[in-house]
Amino acid sequence: MSDEKKPNRRDFIFTATAAVGAVGAGAAAWPLIDQMNPDASVKALASTEVDVSSMQPGQSVTVLWRGKPVFIKRRTENEINEARNVNISDLKHPEKDEDRAKNPEWLVMLGVCTHLGCVPLGDKGEYGGWFCPCHGSHYDTSGRIRKGPAPTNLEIPKYEFVNSNTIKIG
Amino acid sequence: MSDHNYTPSSKFGKWFNDRLPLLTLANHLTDYPTPKNLNYWWTFGGILTFCLITQIITGLVLAMHYIAHADLAFSSVEHIMRDVNYGWLIRYIHANGASMFFLAVYIHIFRSLFYGSYKAPREIIWILGIMIYLLMMAAAFMGYVLPWGQMSFWGATVITNLFSAIPLVGESITTWLWGGYSVDNPTLTRFFTLHYLIPFLILGLVVLHIWALHVPGNNNPVGIDIQKPSKDTVPFHPYIVIKDLFALLLFMIVFAFFVFYSPNILGHADNYIEANPLVTPAHIVPEWYLLPFYAILRSIPDKLLGVVAMLSAIFILAALPWLDTSKVRSAVFRPLYKQFYWILVIDVLILGYVGAMPAEGLYLLIARVATAYYFLHFLLILPILGKIEKTTPLPLSITSPVLGGSADLAMAKNIDVRKEKL
Repeated sequence: MSDEKKPNRRDFIFTATAAVGAVGAGAAAWPLIDQMNPDASVKALASTEVDVSSMQPGQSVTVLWRGKPVFIKRRTENEINEARNVNISDLKHPEKDEDRAKNPEWLVMLGVCTHLGCVPLGDKGEYGGWFCPCHGSHYDTSGRIRKGPAPTNLEIPKYEFVNSNTIKIG
Repeated sequence: MSDHNYTPSSKFGKWFNDRLPLLTLANHLTDYPTPKNLNYWWTFGGILTFCLITQIITGLVLAMHYIAHADLAFSSVEHIMRDVNYGWLIRYIHANGASMFFLAVYIHIFRSLFYGSYKAPREIIWILGIMIYLLMMAAAFMGYVLPWGQMSFWGATVITNLFSAIPLVGESITTWLWGGYSVDNPTLTRFFTLHYLIPFLILGLVVLHIWALHVPGNNNPVGIDIQKPSKDTVPFHPYIVIKDLFALLLFMIVFAFFVFYSPNILGHADNYIEANPLVTPAHIVPEWYLLPFYAILRSIPDKLLGVVAMLSAIFILAALPWLDTSKVRSAVFRPLYKQFYWILVIDVLILGYVGAMPAEGLYLLIARVATAYYFLHFLLILPILGKIEKTTPLPLSITSPVLGGSADLAMAKNIDVRKEKL
């Protein structure tokens, strides 16, 4: 045993062996970890089409998309005005209603509270929009967070109008 | 320890023991010198062992009938309740057994807090205990998901969403935990697997917990170090075994009351409605044993900080041996700590109560004050108290206060008693 801390050939071999071993263990562990990610069949459930021809202003429907509820709301004039006349700087997560609802009459968003994932209740809460019963988050008529623990607005999924009566989500 | 010299009396026993010293272990457990002043608060270790074994046995039996599939889980649980012979009994024992397990573990933890059992040289026992407690919470949570009722589903949704609060990778972790974009069949099957695994991990930790306990030996109500074996100790068998069994019988009466007379009082009616991903129950509440932490989570109006506070409330316990700076273990000799101890007990009960109430108005205010106090107790009061508190004199041995008359008298005349003994 030399007193000096100078690395010798043996130290190099130890380090190299440990490094190769760690890479090998990591490569062996990855399939075991990745198998828990969404599988091909889950990913395949990509889009849902909804016929909205029978919906009147003020009505809303909830449909299931990728296991999650999606709210489709046909908003009234009042609700649209309320959503558009908000001072953007007052918002916790500033977003214009114009950016959230391309067609002002139709609001399409995930019905999943951005706090801890409960389904908010419609036409409730202090801002006339949605209210999450789990931990008390209030959303306005544009689905924007106004009060409570949720950090962001209700998420807008990718959607399009296939024709004037049908919305395709996803 | 006296058991190193042990030799089995029979020839076969000696032959076997030379090859695998199981008899030495049995002899150690039988003769294990135990402080003779242990009170009934010390019987909960044995009671907890009983709870763990009960959960494992009833769980194994339930797994023979349960089907871990999102379409079949709910009806397979009803099948157990209605069709399987004694299925109702086994399931009610398992479901209420979880509550009884937590009842016993909370008494066990608060006993440690009162008598300072977490202090040197018992820090590792304490930390192993906290790890067991964490695994118990994980097992209980995943077990509650398995019946696939409304509370199962939405409880799972809320708890797994806690991980989404982690910056940057939170969403990916949550998706990974779910195996999809929401709680669904892949989530159920993996929860079942883990729920099956965790009790055996707990069993392993319990062995380490007891092993670590047998190195310094038990703490005791006066909290002083004692000679082992000595006049201050009795052998574990039969003295402690009989006392533990008697306490266990009393505990089983309480257990049986819940199982036979109010098997659903600790659950939620919503969990007899099958899981529906479109409707959240009006009022989501976790099981009673998680309520204090749930109250802490909700008391903070920020997603990430709420999760951090909730987890800190648990992990802070692991640091307790170093946060409590007092050298005196037992609260019996710590007049100030004793009062703060009871304030903490009340604080945790309040947190549990407001955790069950809606998070609004006065309840929210109370939850915030109680949360602040919880952290204040561990982070400020305990470290300072150890420095400034004037403790009362410790007896020289367990026997001395008894020989000197009443314990108080002995403490008052502590020096005289010491002289007499000398």
